[in-house]
Amino acid sequence: MTATPPQVFPRIGALGLDGILVQFAARLSEPANRAALAFRAAVDAAAFPGVAEISSSLAGTYLRFDPDAADPASLTDGLRALLDSRDWYRAPLPHNRRLWRIPTVLGGDHGPQLELAASLAGISTAEAVAEIAACRLRVMAIGFAPGQPYLGELPDRWNLPRQSDLKTRVPPGAVALAVRQCVLFPAESATGWYHIGQTAFRCFRPTGDPAFPLSPGDEIVFDPVAPKDLEALASAPAGGATAEPLA
Amino acid sequence: MSRALILRRGGPGVTVQDLGRVGFLASGLSRGGAADVAALAEGAALLGQSPELAALEMTGSAVEIETEGAVWVALTGAPMAATADGERLAWSACHLLGPGAWLRLTPSGRGHYGYLSAAGGIDLPQVVGGRGAHLAAGLLGPVEPGSILPLGADPLPGRTARRLVPAERFSGGTIRLLAGPQTALFSDAEIARFCATDFKRTAWGNRQGVRLHHDGEGFAPLDGRSLLSETVVPGDVQIAGDGVPYVLGCECQTIGGYPRVGTVLPQDLPRVMQATTGAPLRFAFVTPQAARADYRTPAQLAREVAARAEPLIRDPRDIPDLLAYQLVGGAVTGEDLPWEQTGEDGP
Repeated sequence: MTATPPQVFPRIGALGLDGILVQFAARLSEPANRAALAFRAAVDAAAFPGVAEISSSLAGTYLRFDPDAADPASLTDGLRALLDSRDWYRAPLPHNRRLWRIPTVLGGDHGPQLELAASLAGISTAEAVAEIAACRLRVMAIGFAPGQPYLGELPDRWNLPRQSDLKTRVPPGAVALAVRQCVLFPAESATGWYHIGQTAFRCFRPTGDPAFPLSPGDEIVFDPVAPKDLEALASAPAGGATAEPLA
Repeated sequence: MSRALILRRGGPGVTVQDLGRVGFLASGLSRGGAADVAALAEGAALLGQSPELAALEMTGSAVEIETEGAVWVALTGAPMAATADGERLAWSACHLLGPGAWLRLTPSGRGHYGYLSAAGGIDLPQVVGGRGAHLAAGLLGPVEPGSILPLGADPLPGRTARRLVPAERFSGGTIRLLAGPQTALFSDAEIARFCATDFKRTAWGNRQGVRLHHDGEGFAPLDGRSLLSETVVPGDVQIAGDGVPYVLGCECQTIGGYPRVGTVLPQDLPRVMQATTGAPLRFAFVTPQAARADYRTPAQLAREVAARAEPLIRDPRDIPDLLAYQLVGGAVTGEDLPWEQTGEDGP
């Protein structure tokens, strides 16, 4: 244990008895997220013996192994060799990604903090709707809650700090914004992010197939719709969202 | 004849649990499963079956269960006062219950999570790769009173009643940690203070984690700026914004932004989850080699525990309606009578 954390990336370290974490950055960036997604796909393809599951976070790839079936030292060596084999920050994104268009009510009663967020970003509410709707946001990671995507990144003006309290309650399908990212909530939640919109999309469907429609690396466009359309969307498959393969 | 358990009285902490879900971390779903995996392994050992079979996890309330058909059950984990049709049942033991038996289980205040495993396991359909409720995810939920829990085929109907002395895990003690990617966010002095601090398990605890209490200042990383959210695993010791440590449980979030001191060994995690409220806890870092030395998979643990199990001596006078349930059940024979196969005579 040193007093100053080493800041050399990428780095490999044990996470618990049965896990290894590869970290690509201490701060979020597009290349670090790209590296995490691409490396996760490469670890999956490498099929190291004894690996139980692989996941990625915003800028890291995690691997859990069966302590009875895998030797952590040789697994770490294998990961190191794979890590050294290319520049993961410039690696192509994995295959089988999709572009989702999700009908979304932005602002108004369904996005009561859009006006505040827009003013903090220094633009009008109408400009904010246009800018957010024009963004193709990447599912940078799925986590915290089941199916919940971290979507990014928005233009720099949206680098709004989280609100200090968690008093905002949002319903399932709500869209919230902070730190150049959006989150699409799978369930009712308390949040410190700005509540800017509402979808009829459910990113966790316990009895659905698939239960988790989104995958890390997918892209999302929030297509603006009128509040009156929301009710009809609620009974449409996937809340009216469409998905097409990304090249 | 079909065998089942019918929940007659329960509460929000009564859930079906197995070893959890594998393969959904990337989708934001933590593993879940039994809060005390060792108890699941003990139940499997007593019944001579796989620890992968689903059992009933019980916390926070008295539970009443009626049997359908003759059912072997094992009672493990946090001790509960247990009776079947008014007759006392030993804890950390397995018992044959006749059809229509009425089981009453009452928390004792020691530990938190009691388990009832049944021969054949609870045979409900899998949902998202598992049978267990993941309460934090809103996936399945507590078992509602009136629910019928069907049981799988009994893999070993000729078993005998046995008991075991469980590994002690209800009174706290020293919990072993592994250093992790964020340990170095804390100064050596702060880590030393953490390891020298007497903690208590608070009443605030559930399947997501357990809040600790200590006298004195909270703990803080060297750099207070917000961290990039990173992968979180069960056993992580997370320092919340107010400096209070939490030990994360099987239903923890998959990604989190609080700094983490280290990760509790999986074999020590049941001692945190089961530590009686107010029990003392301390933490000590160990090497990965030391951590691996006494790690056992649930199947290995079940085999080791099974080898230590002893015959349960029962007084036949404690089973007044034995003759009746033989006749009604039709599933037991004279050779299966619990005390006969112990090799001991009743007093």
